[in-house]
Amino acid sequence: MGDHHHGPAQGISRWLFTTNHKDIGTMYLWFSFAMFLLGGFFAMVIRAELFQPGMQLVEPGFFNQMTTLHGLVMVFGAIMPSFVGLANWLIPMMIGAPDMALPRMNNWSFWILPPAFLMLASTLFMEGGAPAFGWTFYAPLSTTYAAPSVTFFIFAIHVLGVSSIMGSINIIATVMNMRAPGMTYMKMPLFVWTWLITAFLLVAVMPVLAGAVTMMLMDIHFGTSFFSAAGGGDPVLFQHIFWFFGHPEVYIIILPAFGVVSQIIPAFSRKPLFGYASMVYATASIAFLSFVVWAHHMYTVGMPIAGELFFMYATMLIAVPTGVKVFNWISTMWRGALSFETPMLFCIGFLILFTLGGFTGLMLSIAPADFQYHDTYFVVAHFHYVMVAGAVFSMTAAIYYWLPKWCGRMYNETMGKTHFWISFIGFNITFFPQHFVGLAGMPRRIPDYALQFADFNMMSSIGAFIYGASQLLFLYNVVATIVAGKSVSDEKVWDGAEGLEWTVPTPAPYHTFEEPPLVPKPVGTI
Amino acid sequence: MRKRVAGLILAFLSPMSVAQNQVNMSPGVTEIGADIFELHMLIMWICVVIGIAVFAVMFYSIYAHRKSKGHQAAQFHESTKVEVAWTVVPFLILIAMAVPATSTLLEVYDNDEAELDILITGYQWKWKYEYLDESGEPVAFFSNLATPQEEIYNTDQKGDNYLLEVDEPLVLPTNTKVRFLVTANDVIHSWWVPEIAVKRDAIPGFINEAWTRVPEEGIYRGQCTELCGAYHGFMPVEVHAVSRPEFDAWMAAKRGDLTGMTNG
Repeated sequence: MGDHHHGPAQGISRWLFTTNHKDIGTMYLWFSFAMFLLGGFFAMVIRAELFQPGMQLVEPGFFNQMTTLHGLVMVFGAIMPSFVGLANWLIPMMIGAPDMALPRMNNWSFWILPPAFLMLASTLFMEGGAPAFGWTFYAPLSTTYAAPSVTFFIFAIHVLGVSSIMGSINIIATVMNMRAPGMTYMKMPLFVWTWLITAFLLVAVMPVLAGAVTMMLMDIHFGTSFFSAAGGGDPVLFQHIFWFFGHPEVYIIILPAFGVVSQIIPAFSRKPLFGYASMVYATASIAFLSFVVWAHHMYTVGMPIAGELFFMYATMLIAVPTGVKVFNWISTMWRGALSFETPMLFCIGFLILFTLGGFTGLMLSIAPADFQYHDTYFVVAHFHYVMVAGAVFSMTAAIYYWLPKWCGRMYNETMGKTHFWISFIGFNITFFPQHFVGLAGMPRRIPDYALQFADFNMMSSIGAFIYGASQLLFLYNVVATIVAGKSVSDEKVWDGAEGLEWTVPTPAPYHTFEEPPLVPKPVGTI
Repeated sequence: MRKRVAGLILAFLSPMSVAQNQVNMSPGVTEIGADIFELHMLIMWICVVIGIAVFAVMFYSIYAHRKSKGHQAAQFHESTKVEVAWTVVPFLILIAMAVPATSTLLEVYDNDEAELDILITGYQWKWKYEYLDESGEPVAFFSNLATPQEEIYNTDQKGDNYLLEVDEPLVLPTNTKVRFLVTANDVIHSWWVPEIAVKRDAIPGFINEAWTRVPEEGIYRGQCTELCGAYHGFMPVEVHAVSRPEFDAWMAAKRGDLTGMTNG
């Protein structure tokens, strides 16, 4: 990088005013990691209280604040921004574009995030405490019966929504307009495909969430009764609106994770991704189905039987494209030349645990059985298998995989593998027993529980502390790599890696692809 | 330790045990509970079989196709045949699952011809029960958590039914089709008793229906399953199923209390 005119600005203004996709990606990633630690801290409080029966550390009301903030911070602060950060770093480099299509908006969509989360976190110190109605914030608990801080929560959600919509528009505009010549849609890396589809989901459903919180605001401050039965409103309407956002939301979280895994497994199998086209179609099918399954979160609200049957059948159908994806990943590994560096280990961990989460998801889709599962720890176990072992594991894999490309230094492999094994074991000790207590009848979101659940809860808490501690090892490894890791200068850091991002120098210069690259010919390559 | 493991395995094999460290759903005492349990086990075993098959392939590949053993990567990356196969076969399996699921759901929704109607109302943080079908003044009462604060705050030994005991339980006659009309007075609650396989949300402004027919006398315990505020974890459900004569006597006594109260 000899060219001074194109180098980054110095000092704080570099970060405040940057329009560079790599800088913005970096900020998103660090911000989301900070949020991951904060949300993790809330989880530790939850698990510490649940270590034994009886109330020991916190009051029930505060416990609910913890579960609520844990969910909100992890979903909106950790997982979603981390994948936006990854998209910022990688999409331009993968499609041969010099930057994102709308760089100033890109800056703005990041910089409104920290104030939003400051506002959300500040509710902890307000009179009446932080939101305590769960991350699903069902009315009227979140309206008529909520603490005054709910207004700040609503405003924070609005800002997060604006940020997500801007980020998504940017991604759509970039992918549609800035692909290098020859980079046709069906040649795009799968990570770009999954993000393109995710961006459409976000643009479609974030306004719905905004509508829901706006109606809450009206109910709270302006005397309307959207969700208040006493005024002729309908509390179930809230759930329909929320889950019309909420179900696509869970695919917003997992689709980019699918994209990451579809990049990494072929690299360490040294073999092209199996069934590229079917992966694209499966992703699109999952996205489409996500709009017509929302009420499977509401089997017990008393829907008519026709509604129950429709949502049950539609939900079961999602198993088909999801199964196709898992089969394709395994076929990619089949007869490859496998090696097991840290990113691959996290992807295999993802494959095993996400599939388990998929199985419990299929069980939960069965409406009559869901009458026993609904709102128990079985559900908690299910969604942590898909969110943590799905999204977080794949995100971790992504960091290990692309970090050397980004900073030109190699992480410590032994420490990476140690991180994987501690995470994998800690995760399973935490969440596997939650299937048991859930089936045995322990409801979720309770600060104290009956004695027969004691042993498994203690096990769960110990696992959670192990898993939590392992993330500090991850932080250390990443910082140590950036500061003093062993230098790498090969363009292809990994011998099996394919794609345009591996054709630029290592570390990736501040500006890449100012001239559009030549897109390699063969179809179906990753 | 070995005893512990053996205990776990036993608990898994005999789902009837409600003891410590139960690892599976209970089939409960009702017909529908048993149907739901069977459905749950069926889907679970199908998932287990698919899981074993899929992971066996993966682990074989991890074992046999590793670079460190000098395995050379093949370069195939497409096969329409297998793609069609692994789309169609899962679809057929899903249909096989949907059939029993549908019939069980129809049973759950069969609310007709109840012999006894009980209105259940959720409050922050207690349940109210009203027996509706008898003529005259309905029998109604609140059911509150009976576990003392000392047990919750660890200054007293916790009892066997810690957090699952109430001051006044719901009493049901056995072998009688009972319909529950479920609603709430403030926020949304959810009334759940795993052993009789009834879970229905209690929603202000709505009256949801559910039903049960309890064949065996006994005490069945459950909890509120929808987050309803600070003391959501402290509003249990306790159901006593008693024989018809015993129920009638209980009802007469309740009614007596009531008239006693109005007359006095």
